[in-house]
Amino acid sequence: MTYQPNSDLRNHRSPLMDKDLMIEVVGLKKSFGPLEVLRDINLIVPRGHVVALIGPSGSGKSTLLRSLNLLCLPDAGYVAIGDHKMDFSAGNVSLRDRDLAAFRANTGMVFQNFNLFPHMNVVENVMVGPVTVLKQDKKSARERAIELLSKVGLADRAEAHPEQLSGGQKQRVAIARALAMNPDVMLFDEATSALDPALVGEVLAVIRQLAEQGMTMILVTHEMAFARDVADTVIFMKDGYVVEAGDARQVINQPREAATREFLSHFHGGLA
Amino acid sequence: MDYQWDFATLWQYRYLLLEGLAYTAGFTVLTVVSGVVVGTIFALARLSGLRVVTVPVMAVVELFRCTPVLVQLVWCYYALPMLTGVEISPPMAAFLTLTLYGAAFYSEIIRGGIVSIDIGQWDAGRAIGMRRGQLMGKIILPQALRRMVPPLVNQSVLQLKNTSLLSVLAVPDLLYQGQLVTSATYRPLETYTLIAAIYLAVLFPLTRTAHWLEDRNKA
Ligand SMILES: Nc1ncnc2c1ncn2[C@@H]1O[C@H](COP(=O)(O)OP(=O)(O)OP(=O)(O)O)[C@@H](O)[C@H]1O
Ligand SMILES: [Mg+2]
Repeated sequence: MTYQPNSDLRNHRSPLMDKDLMIEVVGLKKSFGPLEVLRDINLIVPRGHVVALIGPSGSGKSTLLRSLNLLCLPDAGYVAIGDHKMDFSAGNVSLRDRDLAAFRANTGMVFQNFNLFPHMNVVENVMVGPVTVLKQDKKSARERAIELLSKVGLADRAEAHPEQLSGGQKQRVAIARALAMNPDVMLFDEATSALDPALVGEVLAVIRQLAEQGMTMILVTHEMAFARDVADTVIFMKDGYVVEAGDARQVINQPREAATREFLSHFHGGLA
Repeated sequence: MDYQWDFATLWQYRYLLLEGLAYTAGFTVLTVVSGVVVGTIFALARLSGLRVVTVPVMAVVELFRCTPVLVQLVWCYYALPMLTGVEISPPMAAFLTLTLYGAAFYSEIIRGGIVSIDIGQWDAGRAIGMRRGQLMGKIILPQALRRMVPPLVNQSVLQLKNTSLLSVLAVPDLLYQGQLVTSATYRPLETYTLIAAIYLAVLFPLTRTAHWLEDRNKA
């Protein structure tokens, strides 16, 4: 992971080979009305790397994550994930439903509030993407769904309904649902923030397992110890800018920027 | 009061009344279907967020919600042909009016059902790459429909009641046939009591169903 502010990576290639590059973001901007939420974000994530995104509330972490799978449409900039590329520089924006959908299908996202589909049981939640979007036949989609549910430790709850599950179980189903699309990257937006403290561990264990298997991931998290131990890179955001980015241990243990230090000082309990 | 009740006389008019019931039921089913179809189109138009469609649709909806059906019916039959120069039959005027009147209310129910679905459901569907139609069909509508069905049934009960207004245009619905029977038998008390009882017999099960659906949704 390298952070290169303001360099135009489309013209000036980084030393990374294209095949090693999984996420590339150049000059990303987003405003909501007068509020500039993302000011100029540049980001490169190599295949298989785990990035933890930290920063105070309102700094734009969720907006950045949602811009990466186009749930939120950037005002300007360039976003590439795997083979999918979208250029939002002026006059060059393709916003066709079909293209957006194809882009999103290639990125898995896990939300703070799980957002399971309440009118479907667990295995149907996991199958619906492959069946509807990838046009897989139901039988093989179900087999694959059960496989993924065993991976997150929930094969025995396949026929349960979401409301019968604990928060931790719901979030693990949501992870399986995202993995079922065979995405190039997984994005986690505070995946454990809505959970009872006792249930956080089981979800973090699944994320850690994905990291070990080489999944490229970006995690927005307030779990600083987890970020330090699992992520390769930590990015600290504030007011729509990347303030500091670097090796996870270095950023968490010896932040260079005063703003990062100040932010981390609120978390010392969590780092013990 | 020593009125001599005589329901037996009405028996010979049973086919007339059945025909009336058939008209009432037929107009109800027809205008519930057309009303829901047009109402869905109105709802989707309003949800599109495009001002060129939302503004006219909102105007039509408010027009039909804020004027009495009877006025709409009479206006459509007597006044509209003067504007357009095209005569329309009473059943046609009745069909048009009840369709748009129903659509105005149905569209609000349908729109309300759709917007009541948590925004996170849209996010989750989009995040796995669903396209607009797939998201609506697989995620949003199945959940919204559960919430919409009780108010849709209630609105359809009103729609059936409103068909009784068709009698003013001489559409031979249940009430109109009752008027015919009354003038033939001079037995308004029995006839109109029977008419009311028939409406009750049809509508009571329907309203119970709506209640049952509501309770089931709450559970
Ligand atoms: N759809 C939206 N419309 C208007 N403003 C928005 C929207 N989404 C986010 N914002 C605003 O953008 C800013 C950044 O929001 P964002 O959710 O990205 O922050 P965050 O870093 O994820 O914060 P948190 O830690 O609280 O989740 C906030 O001020 C927020 O109110
Ligand atoms: Mg957030």
